[in-house]
Amino acid sequence: MKLLVPIKRVPSADEPVRVRPDGTGIEDDGRAFMINPFDAIALEEALRIRDSHPDGGEVLAVCIGDSEVEAELRTALAMGADRGLRVACEASLDSLSVAKILAGVVRREGPAMVLAGKQAVDSDAGQAGPMLAGLLDWPQATFASVITFLEDGRVQVVRETDHGLETLRLCLPAVITADLRLNEPRYASLPAIMRARRKPIETLPVADLGIQPRSRVVQLRMEQSTMARECVRVADTDELLHRLRSEAKVI
Amino acid sequence: METLVLAEHDGKTLRRGTLCALTVARDLASRSGSKPVILLLGRELAAVRDDARRFGDVVVADHSLLARPTAERYAAVIADIIRAQGVRELVAAASTFSRDILPRVAAVVDAAMGGDVTACAAAEAERVELQRPIHAGAAMASFVLHGTPQIITVRAAAFPSAKPLPESEATCCLDWPLNADALPDRTEFVGLESRSTNRPELGEARVVVSGGRPLRSSEEFQAFVGGLADALQGAAGCTRALVDAGIAPNEWQVGQTGKVVSPELYVALGISGSVQHLAGMKNSRVIVAVNTDPDAPIFSLANYGLVGDLREIVPQLVRALAR
Ligand SMILES: Cc1cc2nc3c(=O)[nH]c(=O)nc-3n(C[C@H](O)[C@H](O)[C@H](O)COP(=O)(O)OP(=O)(O)OC[C@H]3O[C@@H](n4cnc5c(N)ncnc54)[C@H](O)[C@@H]3O)c2cc1C
Repeated sequence: MKLLVPIKRVPSADEPVRVRPDGTGIEDDGRAFMINPFDAIALEEALRIRDSHPDGGEVLAVCIGDSEVEAELRTALAMGADRGLRVACEASLDSLSVAKILAGVVRREGPAMVLAGKQAVDSDAGQAGPMLAGLLDWPQATFASVITFLEDGRVQVVRETDHGLETLRLCLPAVITADLRLNEPRYASLPAIMRARRKPIETLPVADLGIQPRSRVVQLRMEQSTMARECVRVADTDELLHRLRSEAKVI
Repeated sequence: METLVLAEHDGKTLRRGTLCALTVARDLASRSGSKPVILLLGRELAAVRDDARRFGDVVVADHSLLARPTAERYAAVIADIIRAQGVRELVAAASTFSRDILPRVAAVVDAAMGGDVTACAAAEAERVELQRPIHAGAAMASFVLHGTPQIITVRAAAFPSAKPLPESEATCCLDWPLNADALPDRTEFVGLESRSTNRPELGEARVVVSGGRPLRSSEEFQAFVGGLADALQGAAGCTRALVDAGIAPNEWQVGQTGKVVSPELYVALGISGSVQHLAGMKNSRVIVAVNTDPDAPIFSLANYGLVGDLREIVPQLVRALAR
């Protein structure tokens, strides 16, 4: 089975995000980046599906962006992806443009399944997966926490919703987006990192997909949020309840 | 039908998030002197239709094939309505329901979409400036959407609930002529498993009590977090640490990748204050933190901080509240 996993490069979670004084974006000078954690989970799941499938298969990791995103593609190859594909595109993209580019790659590659992260932790939009399903007119299951293959060729997915765990069965091909509890992604071992250097990364200019990305979500500016509050340290529960009643008036 | 609100309901009434989305939709529709129309999908909708009509005109797609909100079918119906009615903007509450369905609709009708909106300045007729949190709430992005149609989901916490229309104002109801044969049939709904609770719903509660990693079992969680939540008639929430450990169900997780809440009072018990957790509760009106570590980051976001062991403090609070 051929599985396609979109990978996004996002700022590493280890450092706080700082907005540039001019509000055009975040400070990225010298900062570390990583694979979006949900994409790493999607990739891990794809690797497990490939490795447990009797007739094997292929996992294709796809990045969109300038040459810098090849670092994350290399990490994906080190984790075990068979091939890497970078769609070369410098423009800033909204989710629908991303989905259109991915749909172009899917039509070219013909995977049986796309496994994506449920959201990217930078833009926090969570739109690309279900948009891709809509463009392809494939069934979808978002926020997956368990994926099982059924004898009849369908796939069963447990989804994490606001109202509990929902179970769906989908015909393939389908788009599935990964939630946190789907699995624990592996770390790439040193030998795997060495081997990954020899794995192929193909570069495909976005124009070769016949797509001219045009974002209709246009960002005007970005601002740092301030969340700090003046914290009153109370001595005991009596003082706390007293203040909640008479000062904050919440109880 | 210029402005459409996609409703979420429990079969009887509209959910509070939908009423907050309606507030934004009324604002958007007023630019052209129109009123938003409420879209209901599901099965056996007579009761909720009556509730919705208190707030405005209603379109109803009521069919056994829509009993469960699978994205494929719901998106197909919503896209049909948008196209047939020339809808300019569709507004809904940000939730797992809309996060699943609406991006798919946006792709099908080729709409620009902005999600999790927390501010909407519809002052000018043609240009609506929207704001949404990004990077787990560390930054706010201001943006505009181009073209029509447009799809917007809003954070319920950021907007007041819409009020019903005056009783004198008549509303109408359109039954959407569903072409059932054309609906996709590749997704089978098998079941929904939810942990029933008699506490108020997390996203709608006036008080939320949440617990973190120091709670080591479901029993402990129920005793301390549940106990204080019940004493305050609030909802119970948790950090991802407890969901990962299987101690609390995922629908109770508050944060960047869980629910976003903004109750009147948020009590954080044994929660360190990771950015991912703060993203889900930082807009609560009053925040109380109980933590053994006086330097825990949660205190810099709290209005009131009590340094100590939650196992001692919670029973004291529950006893005092019972008096
Ligand atoms: C991609 C991604 C998404 C995430 N999304 C979310 C999300 O949506 N929501 C979320 O919550 N997390 C999320 N996380 C996890 C987050 O980073 C933190 O790991 C998590 O919030 C920590 O939970 P905690 O505060 O319960 O645990 P800890 O950080 O371990 O904190 C426990 C706290 O309890 C205190 N304590 C210990 N014993 C006691 C006691 N007896 N009495 C009182 N206090 C005590 C300690 O001093 C400490 O401050 C996400 C992580 C990633 C990578």
